[in-house]
Amino acid sequence: MEYTGTETVVLRAELVKACQRLMQTGFRLLTMIGTDERERTGHFILRYYFAADRTSQIALVTVRIPATDPTYPSVATIIPAASWYEREVYDLLGIQPIGHPDLRPLVLHGQRVNAYPLRRDYPLLQSLPEVRRELQEPALDEGQFIVPVGPIHAGVIEPGHFRFLVAGENVESLDAQLFYTHRGLEKRAEGMHVAEAMALVEQTCGVCSVSHALSYAQAVEAVAQIQLAPQAIWIRTLLAELERLYNHVGDVGNLCAGIGFSFGTMQGARLKEQLQQLNDDVTGHRYLRGVIVVGGVAKTFSFAEIERIRVTTMQILQEIGEITDAILSDEIVCDRFNRTGVLDAQVVEQWSVVGPAARASGVVRDVRMNFPYAGYGELEFSVPTFQTGDVMARFQQRIAEIYESGKLIDQIIRRLLELVQTGDGTPLLTPLPSLVPGSFAIGISESARGENVHFVMVGENQTIYRLRIRSASYANWPAVPYAVPGNIIPDFPLINKSFELCYACCDR
Amino acid sequence: MWKLIKKRLQTAVSTRPIEEVLTSQPPRIEQGRLSCEDDLLVRFNHLAATVFGGSLHVRHVDTGSCNACEWELNALLNPVYDVSRMRIEFVASPRHADVLAVTGGVTRNLLEALRMTYEATAWPKAVVAIGGCAIGDGLIGKTYAQEGGIAPFVPIHVKVPGCPPRPQEILAGFLHAMECLTHGVEQSGS
Ligand code: SF4
Repeated sequence: MEYTGTETVVLRAELVKACQRLMQTGFRLLTMIGTDERERTGHFILRYYFAADRTSQIALVTVRIPATDPTYPSVATIIPAASWYEREVYDLLGIQPIGHPDLRPLVLHGQRVNAYPLRRDYPLLQSLPEVRRELQEPALDEGQFIVPVGPIHAGVIEPGHFRFLVAGENVESLDAQLFYTHRGLEKRAEGMHVAEAMALVEQTCGVCSVSHALSYAQAVEAVAQIQLAPQAIWIRTLLAELERLYNHVGDVGNLCAGIGFSFGTMQGARLKEQLQQLNDDVTGHRYLRGVIVVGGVAKTFSFAEIERIRVTTMQILQEIGEITDAILSDEIVCDRFNRTGVLDAQVVEQWSVVGPAARASGVVRDVRMNFPYAGYGELEFSVPTFQTGDVMARFQQRIAEIYESGKLIDQIIRRLLELVQTGDGTPLLTPLPSLVPGSFAIGISESARGENVHFVMVGENQTIYRLRIRSASYANWPAVPYAVPGNIIPDFPLINKSFELCYACCDR
Repeated sequence: MWKLIKKRLQTAVSTRPIEEVLTSQPPRIEQGRLSCEDDLLVRFNHLAATVFGGSLHVRHVDTGSCNACEWELNALLNPVYDVSRMRIEFVASPRHADVLAVTGGVTRNLLEALRMTYEATAWPKAVVAIGGCAIGDGLIGKTYAQEGGIAPFVPIHVKVPGCPPRPQEILAGFLHAMECLTHGVEQSGS
């Protein structure tokens, strides 16, 4: 699907008002992209994308920033969700948001150096100076302590640094420092051929590879304005659901690991492994990489493969029912899950939280429903929601979504079988026409963690001029600290796992 | 509680036999002995009788991976591979570790963490580079924010290629690391 929507070009002075007007009419911030287009137009350009879930509308507010005076009034003053985007743009492009409530460095750690790597004139390979960290003495009240954790954690997990301010047992506030795994992926993509960059995009995140590939492919296809073969569409949809399934099933286990409940941990891990072996058997990759390509898919499924998918997913669905039943019949589990890590619906709206985390707090927000892509427009499914917003709600949210996925996979397989049977012979790949330099589009898809939004602007000779990857984790991380106060530190791993956010695709 | 026990009893053993995990070819019995194309199993059995008693404590360091390599490491602990029965353990501190399993291409923000973790690990130690990013032939490679490989900062003893490598391959990598360590200890005479 193409998201053209309305574009409003505003002056710097009117930016905040324009954004506010959209927020008042039911829009929320989707993503914000800063581009260095000085060589093309003589300006930096900021694009604020907004989405209205109920009416399925996308709106774009564009503002030009003169190269000689790279400043603008901060939108974060009225839309908290804009905070990270503006900090990132300041770090990487050196465009300063005036009046921003918290301008600490976000992406590039340590002291600010006068170098802006996402500017076009900054060479890709030029290293930034090594990080010099400064410890600041925090001002503490009587009885307060700071407990620092990370970046390297005790388990096999990704790096992030957390500082808990505790008084007695309870956490009063949490400060999370992320972006340890910032790899410079977006800069790397610049100048790459749009089709070749797919392999790179899949490496954004290990466990949302399909969703990232989909968002990216859809963005490029929207720029190219091409239609896909029906078979390619259904294979993509099937992959997207397979990815959701193995993630959610794995998360059932991971959440149990958060409280050391080994029955659930092991059962979840066992089923996840089964699903990943299924992935391996039908696509050759345990994380489903390499199938989605720009313009279609690289392979189709045989009857035997489709049957294998059907049988395995059916069996998993049946087992997951028994397992979650057993898990939830345990008193201690319920005691730890209930009322832990409550995320208010208000925070969800303020910070534009997405995915299962938003739905578990009662906010209906699902790209598959609101902005249907691939084959979702033709499928029947519902978007389950829960109201309490605690760990239990997020746990049950996943279980409910597993069943929905099962229903979807069933329908998709039926469609796919028809197509494979008739063998309509249309090629799985639609060739790309030549792309107009300077044209851009966004692609959205719903991963197991929420929506992934990719912005692609093409340059000369079918290359990427600018790629901006906004993952679900990037949208949700700023809201996590709101769910922690009032809980004890040992509950943090559990709360963290209940959001199941990824660091790699947040940091890129 | 009853449901829990019932499900536990109903679940069939999903753990794969060690022989099956370690060998790409199914093992055959030849002249009363287990034999296979791949000699990993033989070496594993041999290792069990050496200095470390075949045990290995692994500390994982993420230096900027995409998360897939982590999940494959995690998969080693699931009931299918269950590496604990081969005396391989993931430990919480580098001070307890024999081996550092490094994933990712060393981002600027994590360079310090890698160095410190390596220094904190007790001697003898080995480094296993897991995945293309850590080995230094990843797609992202060197950028302004990452170095593109761990080689300039710590010595690599074993490379496990793949993007990500499958759990069996990582396991094989650990067994090779065990051999490295055993040789190292023998040579230094301790
Ligand atoms: S080697 Fe591949 S799977 Fe492993 S961290 Fe790098 S990109 Fe991810």
